Amino acid sequence: MNKRLLALLSLLVIASMALAACGTPAATEAPAEEPAATEAAATEAAATEEAAPAAMGTIKIATQSPLSGGQSLLGVAIKQGAELALEQLSGDLVAMGYDVQLAPYDDQATPDVGVANAKNIVADSEILCGVGHLNSGVMIPSSEEYHTANLPFVSPANTNPVVTTRGYLEVNRVVGRDDVQAPAAEEFAFTTLGAKSVYIIHDKTAYGQGVAEFFRGAAEEDGLEIVAFEGTEETANFDAIVTPLVATQPDVVFFAGIYNQAGVFFKQARDAGYEGTFMGTDGMDASDLADIAGDALTTGGGMYYTTVAGPASAYPKAATFAADYEAKFGVAPEPFAAQAYDSMAVCLAAITAAAEAAGGVPTRLQVAEAVRQVSIDGLTGAIAFDDIGDLPTAQYFILKVNGATKDTWNSNEIVEILEVASPGKGE
Amino acid sequence: MKNFTENPAYKFLLFPIGQISVFAIGASVVLSLITVLLAFIFKFNVTDFDLVERTMLILPQVIINGVTIGFVYATIALGYTMVYGVLEFINFSHSEIFMVGGIVGIQLMAYFEHIGVLATMNEYLVIALAIVLAMAVSGSLAVVVERLAYKPLRGAPKLVPLISAIGMSFFLQDAVRLILSLTTGEFNVILPKFGTFDEFWKIAIPGMEDPLRIQIKSVIMVGTAVLMLLGLNFLVNGTKVGKAIRAVAQDRPSASLMGINVNQIISITFLVGGTLGGAAGVLFALKATKLDPFSGFFPGLKAFTSAVLGGIGNLTGALLGGLVLGLLESFAASYLGIFTNGAFGAEYKDIFAFAILILVLIFRPSGLLGQTVGQKA
Repeated sequence: MNKRLLALLSLLVIASMALAACGTPAATEAPAEEPAATEAAATEAAATEEAAPAAMGTIKIATQSPLSGGQSLLGVAIKQGAELALEQLSGDLVAMGYDVQLAPYDDQATPDVGVANAKNIVADSEILCGVGHLNSGVMIPSSEEYHTANLPFVSPANTNPVVTTRGYLEVNRVVGRDDVQAPAAEEFAFTTLGAKSVYIIHDKTAYGQGVAEFFRGAAEEDGLEIVAFEGTEETANFDAIVTPLVATQPDVVFFAGIYNQAGVFFKQARDAGYEGTFMGTDGMDASDLADIAGDALTTGGGMYYTTVAGPASAYPKAATFAADYEAKFGVAPEPFAAQAYDSMAVCLAAITAAAEAAGGVPTRLQVAEAVRQVSIDGLTGAIAFDDIGDLPTAQYFILKVNGATKDTWNSNEIVEILEVASPGKGE
Repeated sequence: MKNFTENPAYKFLLFPIGQISVFAIGASVVLSLITVLLAFIFKFNVTDFDLVERTMLILPQVIINGVTIGFVYATIALGYTMVYGVLEFINFSHSEIFMVGGIVGIQLMAYFEHIGVLATMNEYLVIALAIVLAMAVSGSLAVVVERLAYKPLRGAPKLVPLISAIGMSFFLQDAVRLILSLTTGEFNVILPKFGTFDEFWKIAIPGMEDPLRIQIKSVIMVGTAVLMLLGLNFLVNGTKVGKAIRAVAQDRPSASLMGINVNQIISITFLVGGTLGGAAGVLFALKATKLDPFSGFFPGLKAFTSAVLGGIGNLTGALLGGLVLGLLESFAASYLGIFTNGAFGAEYKDIFAFAILILVLIFRPSGLLGQTVGQKA
């Protein structure tokens, strides 16, 4: 019986692998495509340049983002944005004779998995730079590993201040920070919406709780009444939280967290009779939110969110990117795909510069130093880093949700764009 | 009098309904009294609003929330407790059987939406079909799991099938994830929008400003769960198969000597437990509106806790345990923040509920109702 069981299980495994290999490209992508793509680029380069030197070695650039699980929509977009950049921008390195490859890792939006992957990434000496993560709670512990190994990482999405305020040479980001984003959201609620009372709820992660506390700090300064400050890991049944909320009817409910949890909460709160305005930060910026919450987002006071990654329309240069992205992957780019593209561009520019200076495969430390020297004109604007790895000035957007279905997500309207200087390392 | 208690209408309809009502109302009343008492005690600590008034304002809603989720916990808990009664091990993969039921139910509705008939079909028919399909799939899955993962370990020490159950639980989670990523490519399974059951019945209560609001969804959840419980009660106490299940639970070797096919009865137990789990999955999905392959874990854990709280192996205990845990959670989440002036919020509801659980188990180690062998399974 046991032998038969084993045979059955191995059959199942083989069958599932075979299915996965020929399955949908969006879900599981075999890295086998990568060499083919770079090879094509290599022959193309060889045709234009005079005979490229024999391979100087392999350079890998890692990505770490949730490729599976509830946040995979954004995580896969990060991987694919980086992949597209690698394909389009690695020409210089290929011409110099390097074989450039992508090494995608799945952090499952979980700190443990992120750190375990980080150890593997650090152990692979061919990896010289990395793009990731989606979640600050994963980035912060993982970057301790990168820091120890001098491996530079460029984050397309992490907004928690601690990511850069530790002052690590290896950690950079191409987006703004929560200590600006959350007060901007509060300012909007207080001044533009004229809110008098606010209910703050967060998801108990480094990102959510961090944002919620910055929001609370700003609300206290403005004298906005804070009805409650709650954290919850609940994902399905919010009745018990919603009941006291509906009884007090605050003007604004601020959810600091990620769309797959917030969507269910918004729907149940609206169903139960809450009539005010929902607000959130960049964790809300995914079209699935509209699918989950439906018209809870457009009825009553509607829904606004702030983000550090504006919609495609906010970036004039991103139009060709969106077209290329859709041609390659068959879907429109989700938020953070363009930021991932820029992060990869930073990595490639830094490696190229470091390789030229070193006359061979550079060390990780050389690449990390080169990242801080990079000054490029990315899809999302000019990118250069200050002494802690932040953009000197970052953009923050406030958007209003315009439709109750997934398809209308890209029509969300930009209400305000703020350009704010990085607060730096703080006290 | 004896004749009356032997009357099937009493035995399988009146008595269980009475029992369910007594449990639901009793637990609600006890918790409400404690809460109101606490409100009077803490009244002078809270100055910016009248604590007693605020407490009374949301009390009916809190009770309804608690009872609704309590019935779902109870329906899942029955699956744990039945298997424990018969095999004396915790079937940890039951939470995944439950999750599969919910996902299958949503997929059926999504299919109806896809072929364009969802909007025109009777919404209750859709839910009924989803529940029936989920029951069939979950029930068969539970039987298959038992055959593959537990039956070969029948003679092994008790911890071995337990480990196998945990392994099966992980296997099922990732199998569902794989299947979903290959078929729909989506991780979140979202309930399509249809029907009117998101709406509320408003019942005006004399003396209260706001009407009591009962979501039609909650009525469907409680109604279906009660039907399931009645059906199970009839199966276990009123049929030959039920008698065989009880016999196997009491003494497996003797039952086998009496000509009962023990393996078949164990399969039937898993079938029944899985069926209940599948139905509970659809009910839970109606409420949650979004499931993913890992959604089963927490409700499963809560249901397992309910089973232990009521006295594992005891069917009535699972019902009581589910209701008590659902109500405890609901009260804790709604009132902790108000009573402590925001110092402790809803995030501590599980700590609070489980602290009560530990207290109960210290004083009654075999659960609220205990493991009465006669009623076991």
